[in-house]
Amino acid sequence: MAALLEVRGLVKRFGALVATDEVDLDVQAGEVHALIGPNGAGKTTLVAQLGGQLASDRGTIVFDGAAITRWTAHRRAQRGLVRSFQVTRLFGSASAHANVALAVQAVSGSSLRAWRPVALERALQARAHAVLAEIGLGARADAPVDALSHGERRALEVGMALASRPRLVLLDEPMAGLGHEESTRMEALVASLRATSAVLLIEHDVDAVFRLADRVSVLVGGRVITTGAPDAVRRDPTVIAAYLGEADEL
Amino acid sequence: MRRAAVIVLAVLAAALPWLLQALGLDFYLSLANRIVVAAIAATSLNLVLGYGGLVSFGHAAFVGLGAYATGILVSEGVTSGWAHLGATLLVAGVAALLIGAISLRTRGVYFIMITLAFAQMLFYLANSIKGYGGDEGLNIRARSVLGAGAFALDLKNPVVCYEAALVVLALVLAALARFVPSRFGRAVLAIRDDDLRAEALGFPTYRLKLVLFVAAGMLGGVAGALGVNQQGYVSPNVLHWTQSGTFMVMVILGGVASVWGGVIGAVVLLLLQEVLGAWTEYWAFWTGWVLLAAVLFARRGLAGLFAAR
Repeated sequence: MAALLEVRGLVKRFGALVATDEVDLDVQAGEVHALIGPNGAGKTTLVAQLGGQLASDRGTIVFDGAAITRWTAHRRAQRGLVRSFQVTRLFGSASAHANVALAVQAVSGSSLRAWRPVALERALQARAHAVLAEIGLGARADAPVDALSHGERRALEVGMALASRPRLVLLDEPMAGLGHEESTRMEALVASLRATSAVLLIEHDVDAVFRLADRVSVLVGGRVITTGAPDAVRRDPTVIAAYLGEADEL
Repeated sequence: MRRAAVIVLAVLAAALPWLLQALGLDFYLSLANRIVVAAIAATSLNLVLGYGGLVSFGHAAFVGLGAYATGILVSEGVTSGWAHLGATLLVAGVAALLIGAISLRTRGVYFIMITLAFAQMLFYLANSIKGYGGDEGLNIRARSVLGAGAFALDLKNPVVCYEAALVVLALVLAALARFVPSRFGRAVLAIRDDDLRAEALGFPTYRLKLVLFVAAGMLGGVAGALGVNQQGYVSPNVLHWTQSGTFMVMVILGGVASVWGGVIGAVVLLLLQEVLGAWTEYWAFWTGWVLLAAVLFARRGLAGLFAAR
């Protein structure tokens, strides 16, 4: 069976710097695939290329059978490839519920309808409430996003990516800056996604990655140096030399 | 309460020509008409500037194109108001589509500059069309006529012209109030807040902004068409960048991204101009202080002051 996401020979250069260097990557339907690597390995660049925020210089991205290499970000999202951001990006002038409702609206029908209040769209509003409950913010629906705690904002960031029921969600460091308890909750949320969509997880918390992931790819210097089951990757000497050794010392 | 206030205001505005007549102040009807036309133009700019967060510095171009489209048709002997409306929407819409398609690929200061540049190009174009007045402008003897026979509404009659503009303004405001909580309105506000995020969620941000820009351009054109009917005259000055600046001042003064912002801004600025203008030739200097005070003390414009209550 073909993978849900197939990346082949992907390249991104910034001047002389090769940020993404001939990356090959597969994400299977229904798996949590973690992407780890030291700072500056090119993780964020790669996610931006997959999400459509950055154009690739070379290579191909095939998602769900479609060659999406040149697609705009919104087209990818509508096809079911949605990302979250490392730095929380919410719509500050709206409530938590309105933020999720926007995420639902973005992939359900035309946004050019300019007469009927969106508040009257029952299915859309119900879906937004369901997502809020799923991410543990059911009681905070009407709170302005500026009034949410950092942990709640991170949960909402991920919730917005999930609202459209994507086939594949790219999570860019969902646990960044979270306390222990919040991290545990986020970990449970990511684990629960397996039932509905595939996940490409970029995460610094290596322990969480090895608990969550079905497979792990290691990115160093813009190249994927290995891909495999968590236990195999953990014991891989090249990975230990390039990355994990350094992490263990911390 | 709010609804009642709006109804009272609408009735008063509709009855204004007769009120002025009763008070022997008919002279002010043309001022009232200018205010209504400016309110339509400012509200159309608020659509892109306020709701879209797109600082278009060339909005006078669309107002001017509407004025010229209607003015030229009238001077060629076409008096059908519906033809004028159609031509205005077509010309302003196509221009907004072309200008928007290019400008919306840029951001920030570049967007401001490129919209300004397009508007100035059209300003010089209007100066150079000798057949229709060139830099001296175009006087029209006739006006738009809506309908035919006994029920024809000739905008040459100042009362008809004023009421027609008022109806257009009411329709624009009603549509705007529907737009804000609609799918389109929510998406536009999201794009204003965070363009990249909106695109990542699946909003076709470029297309949505372009539709908004074209709608605002067409509405601006309608304001221009009403303006030429009121003035009986159109000159390249309606396309000048200072005119775009005036509409921006109205929006900022009245209230950015507020349904009534354009109306309040147009009323206050033009009344100030009238009152101060009678008193000193340096009215612009004093108007500047008012704008400064509004920006410093009422961040959301005068409409924000009302909403805070």
